Amino acid sequence: MSTTPPTATQADVDAEISAASAAYDAELRAGTAPRTQPRLDYAPYRSSRLRHPTKDLHHADPESIELVAPVFGHRDVAVDEADLTIQDGGEPIGERMVVAGRVVDADGRPVRRQLVEIWQANAAGRYVHKGDQHPAPIDPHFTGVGRCLTDDDGGYRFTTIKPGPYPWRNHHNAWRPAHIHFSVFGSEFTQRMVTQVYFPGDPLLALDPIYQSIVDPRARERLVAAYDHDLTTHEWATGYRWDIVLTGSHATPMEQEDDA
Amino acid sequence: MSHVREQPDQVPVPGQTVGPFYGYALPVAGGEQLVPATHPGAVRLHGTVTDGEGTPVPDSLLEIWQADADGSLPRAEGSLRRGYPFTGFGRAATDGGGSYEFTTVVPGAEPGRAPFVAMTVFARGLLNRLFTRVYLPVDDAALREDPFLAGVPQERRHTLVATADEHGYRFDLRLQGDDETVFLTFPRHEA
Repeated sequence: MSTTPPTATQADVDAEISAASAAYDAELRAGTAPRTQPRLDYAPYRSSRLRHPTKDLHHADPESIELVAPVFGHRDVAVDEADLTIQDGGEPIGERMVVAGRVVDADGRPVRRQLVEIWQANAAGRYVHKGDQHPAPIDPHFTGVGRCLTDDDGGYRFTTIKPGPYPWRNHHNAWRPAHIHFSVFGSEFTQRMVTQVYFPGDPLLALDPIYQSIVDPRARERLVAAYDHDLTTHEWATGYRWDIVLTGSHATPMEQEDDA
Repeated sequence: MSHVREQPDQVPVPGQTVGPFYGYALPVAGGEQLVPATHPGAVRLHGTVTDGEGTPVPDSLLEIWQADADGSLPRAEGSLRRGYPFTGFGRAATDGGGSYEFTTVVPGAEPGRAPFVAMTVFARGLLNRLFTRVYLPVDDAALREDPFLAGVPQERRHTLVATADEHGYRFDLRLQGDDETVFLTFPRHEA
């Protein structure tokens, strides 16, 4: 984290975000295919400046090891790790909620019995991490870390507390929208990904350079969970649904059946 | 499988940066040790991650995934709670100097290929994960004849090959710049 006080204002960053958006619209009008992933070279996110490759990614055909993925099991993940509200000897403060969905690949096939890891700030917007200097309270009953294995339908389900927004030092008065970090494995190593899920109606989404680095509006909306009243439980927790689509696997459907 | 709900052509969700605060969530005890240091054939795979100005990156996370020494593909669980079996998976955060270290074995290679360790790179400031391969210099002929390496421009090929040193193998990652590491895209990834 930079120790130099950031001098850019939110208005400066907004202008950069708008310019990137306009440039993307021009690309689309010129016939370029829509982008579905973030730009790596996204100047409004200051920390990306020296940390993005400048050369094209090199095409590789996956070899055997890349066509399979690490295996995780109940040896690795205890069932109660999916409930972040019961981890530390007492109940955390905040809006209790369920976040659930399915992990599938781009062909709609469920990713079965695979690891999903999450981490997040507490309701006050504070991470347990020692590097977080935000002067908001630490909740002694909330670590903000959870894990689970998907079920046979690719389903996952976490019970947690809605994270708060928090300030960061990208620019003056910069705030991250509320989010939960997700780390997901597929059935192939090529599907490995880490992302963040956001919540509907958050006014900070429009101001956030990390979210806006996905320049395609439809693409970035794929990271916003949907409020789902069917997941909301009576007198207990609100529910949000977020399905996680990974890239396509390289195995043929026949090979997948043989594996199953 | 008839009960699989096929929903063709779904669009993958976008990645996002791992951010600065994964450190209490993703690294696990022994995550960098695929085998104990006392294991026969154990080697140290280590290096430094640097940015476009050559400054070490202290907040990156690397994962490796590899075949066993005999070339077999690991199918054992236990990568988060280390124990007896070789699982082929390792996870290590860089330290304050941008350095990382794994203890592992040299993977067996497929026929006609050079042996490599698959690697994924995450970092604060890096908006999506990067894939690369760490080729190990155990067989010069295999490196020369490997069809993938042959397709990488000569002047960049060395960025994919570890160098033997007194500790094992060194593989430095340069996220940006003249000697930038070759990062990979696979079919079915966005171009």
